[in-house]
Amino acid sequence: MKLALFIPCYIDAFFPEVGIATLELLERLGCSVEYPLDQTCCGQPMANSGCQDDAAPAEAQLVRCFQGFDTVVGPSGSCVHHVRFHLDAIEQTPQTQKVRGSTRELVEFLHDDLKVEAFPWASFPHKVGLHNSCTAVRGLGHARPSERVNDLYFSKTGDLLGKVQGLELVEIDRPDECCGFGGSFCVTDEAVSAKMGYDKVQDFYRHGVEYIASADMSCLLHMKGVIDRLNLPLKVIHIAQILNGGPL
Amino acid sequence: MTQVVDPEARAARFIALEIHESTHDRLVWGMRQHRDKAVAGIPEWEELRELASQIKEHTLTHLDKYLEEFEAKATSLGTHVHWARDAEEHNSVVYDILSAHRVKSVIKSKSMLQEECGMTPFLQNRGIEVTESDLGERIQQLSNEPPSHIVVPAIHKLRTDVAELFAKDLGTDPKNSDPHYLAEAMRNNARPRFMAADAGMTGGNFAVAETGGFVVCTNEGNADIGASVPPLHVASIGIEKLIPRARDLGVFLRMLSRSALGTPMTQYTSHFHGPRRGGELHVVLVDNTRSTRLGSPDFWHALKCIRCGACMNTCPVYRRGGGLSYGATYSGPIGVILDPGFDLRKYRELPYHSSLCGSCTEVCPVKIDISDQIYKWRRVVAAAGLLSLTKRVGMSALGTTLAHPTLFDAAESVAETVLAHAPRSLLYNSLNPWGKHRELPTVPKQTFRQWYLENRKKGS
Amino acid sequence: MNARDAILTAVRRNLPQPPVPLPATHETDRKAIAGGLGYKEHLNHMPEVSGFPDDGESNLPYFLKQLEAMGGRSFDVADATAARAKVAELFPTAKVICSVVPEVPGNRRIADVRDPHELNDVEVGVVRSPLGVAEAGAIWLSQHELVVTALGVLSQHLVVLLDPAAIVDTLHDAYGRLDLTASPYGVFLAGPSATGDIEGVIIHGAQGARSLTVLLLKSGRQPGS
Repeated sequence: MKLALFIPCYIDAFFPEVGIATLELLERLGCSVEYPLDQTCCGQPMANSGCQDDAAPAEAQLVRCFQGFDTVVGPSGSCVHHVRFHLDAIEQTPQTQKVRGSTRELVEFLHDDLKVEAFPWASFPHKVGLHNSCTAVRGLGHARPSERVNDLYFSKTGDLLGKVQGLELVEIDRPDECCGFGGSFCVTDEAVSAKMGYDKVQDFYRHGVEYIASADMSCLLHMKGVIDRLNLPLKVIHIAQILNGGPL
Repeated sequence: MTQVVDPEARAARFIALEIHESTHDRLVWGMRQHRDKAVAGIPEWEELRELASQIKEHTLTHLDKYLEEFEAKATSLGTHVHWARDAEEHNSVVYDILSAHRVKSVIKSKSMLQEECGMTPFLQNRGIEVTESDLGERIQQLSNEPPSHIVVPAIHKLRTDVAELFAKDLGTDPKNSDPHYLAEAMRNNARPRFMAADAGMTGGNFAVAETGGFVVCTNEGNADIGASVPPLHVASIGIEKLIPRARDLGVFLRMLSRSALGTPMTQYTSHFHGPRRGGELHVVLVDNTRSTRLGSPDFWHALKCIRCGACMNTCPVYRRGGGLSYGATYSGPIGVILDPGFDLRKYRELPYHSSLCGSCTEVCPVKIDISDQIYKWRRVVAAAGLLSLTKRVGMSALGTTLAHPTLFDAAESVAETVLAHAPRSLLYNSLNPWGKHRELPTVPKQTFRQWYLENRKKGS
Repeated sequence: MNARDAILTAVRRNLPQPPVPLPATHETDRKAIAGGLGYKEHLNHMPEVSGFPDDGESNLPYFLKQLEAMGGRSFDVADATAARAKVAELFPTAKVICSVVPEVPGNRRIADVRDPHELNDVEVGVVRSPLGVAEAGAIWLSQHELVVTALGVLSQHLVVLLDPAAIVDTLHDAYGRLDLTASPYGVFLAGPSATGDIEGVIIHGAQGARSLTVLLLKSGRQPGS
């Protein structure tokens, strides 16, 4: 399957290993992956602040980069959610609509599109706390939101991780409470963001988690910042890295 | 010009009170958990939500008809129906009713609308004594603070705070912070005030067009005392509180308290249809921006709100920062989408006092798209040129940098150089909010792009 | 233009489009929903899901369970004599008992009350409720049953006679039976007065009744009362 790789700006800058793992994983699963070099950012930081005018150039650049592809895959729930649901600072031309409709997040691509049955190369004998970001759960439908008490439980991320040898998923007290990253919220509402991050990290730590795993590196970036400040023996890892089975 | 509310600074001050914040977060999350447990017992919960949402949408899209029907039916039962365009008119209408009856003292139950209109200071300035009868509201009244939560107005206070307050104002033992002792003291203090009051005032949770009556839900029964003892009962009801028929009450009442506290109903669900034997009943129907909001395609759904408080219980930002952070009558997620409609400039920061997690939308019994509205309010604030200077400049710079590949690369290099080489004192100071409680990310050897060019584009 | 016309004009001008129809039905047939959506299956694995009675089963046990959860209590009484004895047993030192029901005599006649303020010293109020709601352990009282509406909320303790046959399942059922305009005041009482305003600690007897006691007794003419 031929597809384009969408690497969010902060992953390009700070977590290239997540991009590498995503690329390698997709190739292992038989995809032919191209990485358009001129991609920058999906526009989310500006759009989330309500600044449509400031978001438009980045959004236009994204469409320019990806309009030639039938499928775009990116390892970020919040960025993909922005593309599919909020990329409207620019004119909704046929190309724009096509790019918006064909952008897939990694977990949903693996689980729903490729329907991957196994990751035979992957082994991860650790206690893992799964963090489904808010956009992943309530925006993209990665798992049943805890508010939907009577809905049947499901978790796409849990299903994928369940196929990794040795991996032990650990439940925490507040499984889908927001970690507090929230985009520029993390600095504009610093006290609340930090407290939310502290509470979230403590919840994982209390339950004996070794690795916090997520499909959203932005949440992990925030939680890692807290972990490092508190000097806790916790590590963060992107799901792509686990599923790829490669060096961490 | 009114001061802009700074929810972030207020929240930071509450969080600095470690015991207050952790207790508040634990108790209010507990209310979310009670809600979950109650919902588990109602297999048709999602169907009820959909029904409730549709009934409200139907009513609001036919609101004029239902308002007229309510007025006609209420009047036929002997209720006096008044109308008020805004807060000022509400207050003067109420004052006129009270002074016509030579009222010197009023005992009132919880009404967000009366709070919204600033009714109490207005009446007190004109020599009418107003006492809150709800325990939480009375605590707040004695503290000179607005309520911090729609259902439990003083939930941000510790029992020791209440003990200190009551010792001052009620003469209780300052060392006794047992909630039973304090509640009993309030009961004994309030009862004579009820007996002496010339009028009782309430709000209204639901106004039923078909019957011309309205429903008030309390746990204490204080609305009932205020309505059944003094000879005059005045109720302030927002025009959005209308529902079509008596049977519709079943849908809403089955969800109201379950969403709020996790109980199947409030202890008292009181129905008023015309004056009681020996009494007089007045209803003031209030607009105060509601008709304007009705005309907003993005924001009219907020009028469906039944004031259950489930959104603030689940909101992680509300639970950490406390309800007083919002600086308004309405706090929590519903406050974020209502308050800017009252004063966009004063409340321009509220839409940013949210991580957009979306939990509020999921628990709202009438399916208000709260989180989406919070997002949309940000656009309204930005488009009105009301973003703070730092945000505006920051977003403009980001917008340019993040759109152009060469600028983007350059910015990455600069950022990485600075992070890798700058001394700690330069990186971690008051100019860097991230660094106050977190470590900055470490710098990788190369960006993904650089790795790709080196390892994949070579030889292709 | 007066306020009324101004508001109605503004509302009419701003009515959202398109108009939304009133939903076709809201008799929620619990069993149909639960069965059709397959809820019953997996809900059996969820902890503490309330078991609402199936068709044919009495809803009384559920009513009593909910009443207790809301802070109320109940007793079975065989007849008027037993009801009298129960009230005397529960409130041996009560000086002022105001009863509206023939089964239990009090010492304050409700018919003599000219002004609700006179009921401020009532320690025990005794009334009969015509309707109970199982899902909330709630009972309905209107001005008919209370005669003076303040009795329900000024009494320090409330005793409510209830015929178990008068208990319906849900609020939908209850509103199907009630004519709200038949009385200027009507209240569903779910347990006694309560508050959780101080650190969420549940306290009974906040303003109204400190206790709510339901005496299960069939209604009808009671011989010898």
